[in-house]
Amino acid sequence: MSGQTNTTFQPDDFAFTAENAEAAQGEIAKYPEGWQESAVMPLLDLAQRQHDGWLPRAAMDTVAGMLGMAPIRVYEVATFYTMYNLEPVGKNHVQVCTNLPCWLRGSDAIVGACKKNLGLEMGETSEDGQFTLSSAECLGACANAPMMQIGDDYYEDLDTESTQTILEALKAGQTPKPGSQSGRHTSEPAGGPTTLKDLKNGAGK
Amino acid sequence: MLDDKDRIFTNIYGLEDTSLKAAKKRGDWSRTKSIMAKGREKIIEEIKESELRGRGGAGFGTGMKWSFMPKEASERPHYLVINADEGEPGTCKDREILRNEPHKLIEGALLASFAMGANTAYCYVRGEFFRETEALQRAVDEAYAAGMIGDDACKSGYRFDFYIHRGMGAYICGEESALIESLEGKKGQPRMKPPFPANCGLYGCPTTVNNVESIAVAPAILKRGAAWFAGLGKPNNTGTKLFNISGHVNNPCTVEEEMGVPLKDLIEKHAGGVRGGWENLLAVIPGGSSVPVVPRDICDTVTMDFDALSAVKSGLGTGAVIVMDKSTDIVAAIARLSSFYMHESCGQCTPCREGTGWMSRMMQRMVQGNTSVEEIDLLEEVTRQVEGHTICALGDAAAWPIQGLIRHFRPELEQRIADYQSSDKTAAA
Repeated sequence: MSGQTNTTFQPDDFAFTAENAEAAQGEIAKYPEGWQESAVMPLLDLAQRQHDGWLPRAAMDTVAGMLGMAPIRVYEVATFYTMYNLEPVGKNHVQVCTNLPCWLRGSDAIVGACKKNLGLEMGETSEDGQFTLSSAECLGACANAPMMQIGDDYYEDLDTESTQTILEALKAGQTPKPGSQSGRHTSEPAGGPTTLKDLKNGAGK
Repeated sequence: MLDDKDRIFTNIYGLEDTSLKAAKKRGDWSRTKSIMAKGREKIIEEIKESELRGRGGAGFGTGMKWSFMPKEASERPHYLVINADEGEPGTCKDREILRNEPHKLIEGALLASFAMGANTAYCYVRGEFFRETEALQRAVDEAYAAGMIGDDACKSGYRFDFYIHRGMGAYICGEESALIESLEGKKGQPRMKPPFPANCGLYGCPTTVNNVESIAVAPAILKRGAAWFAGLGKPNNTGTKLFNISGHVNNPCTVEEEMGVPLKDLIEKHAGGVRGGWENLLAVIPGGSSVPVVPRDICDTVTMDFDALSAVKSGLGTGAVIVMDKSTDIVAAIARLSSFYMHESCGQCTPCREGTGWMSRMMQRMVQGNTSVEEIDLLEEVTRQVEGHTICALGDAAAWPIQGLIRHFRPELEQRIADYQSSDKTAAA
């Protein structure tokens, strides 16, 4: 459970933009008639994306109204899943995976590099609102450890140097290239695949 | 070792184009209609004969699972739900299917749904896999546009819809009934069984939940034949499997290998060997964080399959191999996993909600040695009180790593306690 509290200043109301309202209808249409509450998660995500990366209570109430759900059912969902932020987060939400496979490959050093570069402790947001630093549980890119997620992108095969480079690029308003930072394409062994060298002979057909 | 000609995932690294056109060249969406023409029962029979065991961790027979769905249609629709909530530490195989081999998954979803009388599949992808979801959605859109799925899927006359549902960061939703709850718009808290999903699953309708890899290998089995798949691997542990090798190896990677491949070969031939050489190996967690750790002497000979790993009191799980060399603080490593399970307990069952926190705090003290030898036995006993006493397997998953640690590394735990007791910390107190 996310265990987050909801103590921040709350805006009085929330409304989807026309574009997001349409996207919301598209989400609702994925589910059978009478089960529109299945769309609560995607709608909360849309609301969060529209509202600078965090979910105010008014947005939850709006979603509850759209789906005909009791507000408490929506609050339950919003507080259960860790990707809903109930307080403001920085424009760049830096989440460093610290679970075992990343830890074995040096995630402590990556955390250290982030703290030093951003001047933040885990869980803190910079005063200018540009960065939030936090630790994440396993993000499912273990063959490319250590790694971190910033916004929607994964940065993998990190070392302290590439971590600094990525953060500096973000500070300069650039979008650093996601994926492996050590030059791998995806999760093939470094130096090239040990398999699939014989594809022309009809493998997989 | 597996020949390239027997590999199913020929674009697993995404080195080639992932579009429908390129996927077709690799053999996807070929003969789909003629396979459907064989009929539902023949498809399920073929999957049963291939002895495919579910690739999500539990290893239940996939064909058997499909056969549990009602044979006759009723007013309740049937559903296929694909579990892409990949979050078991060490595991990153489904990610590669989603982003690099999405058409194998969609084609498999059509064939599986057809076999089970489902017209709709929901693929529940973990929320953090945003780019992977985009890649899968692109493939779904292509498949609709080309008529591979939709009102007349592959011109078979069968209607089939494929929808993606994104999770939002909850490990527990990888448990099938929690996933169904989440898909219904609720907190992801597991349901009591029975009723089983095949009777009463999503929206109270007959539902089968399968792992991404289980579904994505189905087309290859149906095209190349059950005998081909069953001829790979070992009896009762057939076919090929995606393995992830992470941790202290020279070249961490994902690779498709034959079931029953020796662990040592997997590490040495594909992952560049253990850092510092095989002699520098301390232990391996062979199937994702939930399965018990095995020390080096077992790693020397064990093979990567359900039965061999269960015989050494561990498990194949998801096939995620976490390698630890002798520099590893093994107690801290397992304590890290205990902290993970505490974080991810859904809070529904008391033994898990309270037990994961208690075990995690106890493990922190074990890391320091700030405890007593008797408390090792107490910790072991508490893991037994949690294991098997909860609605879902998260309690078991929290208990097993600690049990593995105590089974194989008890001298290390005792040494730490002795060191702590003789250190200045206690002398000063």
